[in-house]
Amino acid sequence: MAQQYRVLIGKPGLDGHDRGAKFIARALRDAGFEVVYTGIRRTAEEIAAAAIQEDVGAVGLSSMSGAHLRLFPAVIEALRLAGAGDIPVLGGGIIPDEDIEPLHQAGVEAIFTPGTPVDTIIEAFRSACCKHYRNRP
Amino acid sequence: MNIRELLQQLHRGDSRSIGRAISLVEDQNPAAEKILAGLDQARIERSLILGITGPPGAGKSTLTAGLIRQLRKLDHRVGIIAIDPSSPVSGGAILGDRIRMMAHALDREVVVRSMATRGRLGGLCASAGAAVRIMAASGCNTVIIETVGVGQTEMDVIGLADMTVMVLAPGFGDDIQAMKAGILEVMDLLVINKNDQPGAEKLALDLGTVFATAEDREIRLLKTVASEDRGLELLLERILLLEKKYRQGSTFLHRRQHSFALETMDWALEMLRPRISRLIAADSGTDPRLAAHEIIDKLGQEFGK
Repeated sequence: MAQQYRVLIGKPGLDGHDRGAKFIARALRDAGFEVVYTGIRRTAEEIAAAAIQEDVGAVGLSSMSGAHLRLFPAVIEALRLAGAGDIPVLGGGIIPDEDIEPLHQAGVEAIFTPGTPVDTIIEAFRSACCKHYRNRP
Repeated sequence: MNIRELLQQLHRGDSRSIGRAISLVEDQNPAAEKILAGLDQARIERSLILGITGPPGAGKSTLTAGLIRQLRKLDHRVGIIAIDPSSPVSGGAILGDRIRMMAHALDREVVVRSMATRGRLGGLCASAGAAVRIMAASGCNTVIIETVGVGQTEMDVIGLADMTVMVLAPGFGDDIQAMKAGILEVMDLLVINKNDQPGAEKLALDLGTVFATAEDREIRLLKTVASEDRGLELLLERILLLEKKYRQGSTFLHRRQHSFALETMDWALEMLRPRISRLIAADSGTDPRLAAHEIIDKLGQEFGK
């Protein structure tokens, strides 16, 4: 049986615009992923704790409020502190071009913006999960 | 991966190891049986396995979140297995029950695992039993299984849990009429959630007819407004009262034995499935029932060797 991929989609911070996150969650479901959706207004620590309990292969974060430079790295740090720094984090939302490089530097595996084709996003989750499951201890 | 280490961490209550262990079982990894064989049986026996079921939208997740809050007041460690359906088309699933339980996200004594049905009917997933035992072995005093939203027949949770709570809400009308045919009688507790909504009184009257005596109804029918945390203290009180009664009598042990037999049967059939599949492919009988009989005879011969 093929490995069933599990991912978490979450929205850190105070922004309540969840259409993007829900769209991605549904697209991933339709591509065969099991998607744990944690809803809006979560702290980085809550998302990290949920990702660990759910044993997901990747975490996808959505931000529309402009706080991505603070919030995405905060989730990566929370995962690291909880001993799960190996779980890859991907992010999407309204993210200006000049912020993409700093986010990569902070350890975000892939960044998606409003123009990114949904197939590209699904492939990125698939490859992040695949790498994670292969390398995990 | 070192299974002994994983088991050690799991028994210390480490979230990551619990999550890993459940995944290995769920993915039918060869290591699964070693993990299950190494679980602390005494803890599993001491734990209470509580089923929460009901139609979609009745408030199962919100009620579960309320019960977690009450159980934490008593300093219980709580495990939750929340099951949602897999898409029969893509095999994917959205697992969203956790949203209602996020108030406990940072509580180390609350462990939540969302699971997809992965093709299994009946309201559970095939590995629900194993996931329950992993959580119990990790020190959870109570393990709650929240089923998918059910209709009239998906009642496998009764076979797995020590006690099952059916959550209903006003406004479901004919669905509940149909359920009265058999499911409601075998529930340990019936909860009318959203009791502040129109139709709640009529629902209570309707459901009253399910019970044999007024006293029985008094104990087993409860009313809650889970979104406002109303009625949950009493619900937990009743759950613990019934648990005590079941443990003092023979009910508890009987249910565990029955559950063991049911799950063993499920797994045995599951393990036979690929062999039967091969024999079906080779067979071109006249009628499916006759073909099945031939296959069973052939399997018997194989086993006899």
